[in-house]
Amino acid sequence: MSQSNTQDTLVGLFVAAGIAGLFFLALQVSNLSSFTEQAGFTVTARFENSGGLKVKSLVSAAGVKVGQVSKITFDPKTFDSVVEMRIFSQYDNIPSDVSASIYTAGLLGEQYIGLGKGSSDEYLKQNSEIEFTNSAIILEKAISQFLFKSAEEKAEEKK
Amino acid sequence: MDFFQHLGKETRGGFTKLGRGTFFLFYTLKGLFSIVVRPRLLLNQMYSVGVLSCLIIAISGLFVGMVLGLQGYYILSDFGAEETLGLMVAASLVRELGPVVSALLFAGRAGSALTAEIGLMKATEQLSGMEMMAVDPIKRIITPRFVAGFLSMPLLVGLFSAIGVLGGQMVGSGMLGVDEGAYWSQMQANIDFYDDIVNGFIKSLVFGFIVSWIALFEGYDTVPTSEGVSRATTRTVVNSAFSILGLDFILTALMFGDD
Repeated sequence: MSQSNTQDTLVGLFVAAGIAGLFFLALQVSNLSSFTEQAGFTVTARFENSGGLKVKSLVSAAGVKVGQVSKITFDPKTFDSVVEMRIFSQYDNIPSDVSASIYTAGLLGEQYIGLGKGSSDEYLKQNSEIEFTNSAIILEKAISQFLFKSAEEKAEEKK
Repeated sequence: MDFFQHLGKETRGGFTKLGRGTFFLFYTLKGLFSIVVRPRLLLNQMYSVGVLSCLIIAISGLFVGMVLGLQGYYILSDFGAEETLGLMVAASLVRELGPVVSALLFAGRAGSALTAEIGLMKATEQLSGMEMMAVDPIKRIITPRFVAGFLSMPLLVGLFSAIGVLGGQMVGSGMLGVDEGAYWSQMQANIDFYDDIVNGFIKSLVFGFIVSWIALFEGYDTVPTSEGVSRATTRTVVNSAFSILGLDFILTALMFGDD
């Protein structure tokens, strides 16, 4: 009997160690601890081009995370991209006339939405829309514009 | 002509074996209820399949994590991105190396032992003896081992990955001077619970299922001679390795394909 008791103990230890490992992975390694759906409200913004923005991309104000992109859709009437984002409820005093721009973190990094400054007395709330937006910079567009412009200048010089 | 005859025979043999394997799996699963009646059988097998594999899994996990830490550091420091070492170690462990390497080790450590044990039982006619005593050898012998393997695998993978991440941290921040906070925060910011950890867990369940199935079936289907048992043991390890790596590719393509 004592032998099977030690065996029981070892099996118990094994199961506990395995589950502890899985828990460790879940809580320490992954973003589960910070994942818990934070309460918040949804605001939308229309961009001419949302570039490489993705669902779950960061929404930040002055470098602080204030929300997450929750949905990106295309509006075929205005050819805009409609970005819905969830702002955490503790930031319920963002002025309603802030601007939203799409930036890139680092040279090749992820794209995120940066909120600018605003001065309105009214605050962003559920379903409000951010009016002032700046689209993502598409590198190819910028380069082709630059080339086109410099070619134009040269042509004018020749005249 | 001989060639085609041979080819046809091999093909037919392969398919009949697959069919026998499927029926075998079916009967094994049919015996699941016997576990509820006799949990002690399962416990004994959890000991020999799971507990005894712990040491090799833990040590391998530690060294794999440490090597990942070293190699990752050398590569990432070229780009000035040593801080993402934690992410690299954890992502490769949780997504791929954890499930795959522990499944391969498991096939070598526990799978071969299962095949040899059952093959010898068949060769020494213990299985027929049980049938003579009206004890169903599938319920009594096979099903507990199958369930033990299936349940042990995810636990072993959890152990492997967790120890690997700690090993990577030991080398990364202990030896090479990566900031410890950056190691963990980069990891936590970028490893997703559902996309990475749950998918790795699903992989480990699939591998546990397939390795236990192959090992038990090869043992049960063995030619009852000493040579037959030795061949069956080899086949277990080889076929398990093939199935693990092949399935891993398919699972990865399915899970991480559309992001």
